[in-house]
Amino acid sequence: MTGADSPVDGVLAVAAIVLSLLVAAWALVAALRHRAPDRVQLIGLAGLELLLLGLAVAAGVALGGGERPGEPGAFFGYLVTLVCLPPLAAVLARMEPTRWGSAIVCAVCLVTPVVVVRLQQTWEVLGG
Amino acid sequence: MAEVETARPTRTNAGPGRLLIAVYLLFAIAATSRAGLQIATKFDQAPLAYLLSALAATVYIVAAVGLARAGHAGRRVALACCTVELVGVVGVGAFSLARPDLFPDETVWSGFGSGYGYIPLVLPILGLAWLWKTR
Repeated sequence: MTGADSPVDGVLAVAAIVLSLLVAAWALVAALRHRAPDRVQLIGLAGLELLLLGLAVAAGVALGGGERPGEPGAFFGYLVTLVCLPPLAAVLARMEPTRWGSAIVCAVCLVTPVVVVRLQQTWEVLGG
Repeated sequence: MAEVETARPTRTNAGPGRLLIAVYLLFAIAATSRAGLQIATKFDQAPLAYLLSALAATVYIVAAVGLARAGHAGRRVALACCTVELVGVVGVGAFSLARPDLFPDETVWSGFGSGYGYIPLVLPILGLAWLWKTR
């Protein structure tokens, strides 16, 4: 994280976005092929969750170091939502062992990168 | 005859319906936290917009519950919510373009939901289509 002050704007965030999009693409293919969520999707969601938790830890460390997000309320809202997304997708996917389960994984994994970007924006906005 | 009736139960909470519920849940979370934050921190700036956000949030939650519970009551609730949403997103969308001064801050429904990839506009239509299909 050279140069950038934001703890949520580094390798971890990029990796989370890329992995999320890869899982979304994989799940989309599965849905189009009438396949229920497979191991790859669940492992992908688990990996995504680890990256997002890493992001949360990085944010926690930065906060411990005295740094503050631009919009604290929104930042924590997005952070909590973010780490809940992969488990939500996994639970719903297991409830629906059909192609639509894969479609749910795809939808959630398309939303996740958006939330990561919003998280970064709420850290950066400084006082207006 | 009776067999045919039971062979196609009116289940709104399986298959594509579950995907719909998932997206409704995501919007319920997004709209609720956004409205909650806006009302808690800067209600004076745009009371109308924030109250509309709160209304939208409530409608998304109730719609998700209605779809998830299936059954006749659930269907009726979901039908009402999808209708309110469609009217809301079209009405607020048109209004926010015609009278932007009334909406100094964005709501989920401003500009026909353009801030959310127009999903708020598509969602009630999909919801109504799904209710129609499982009727």
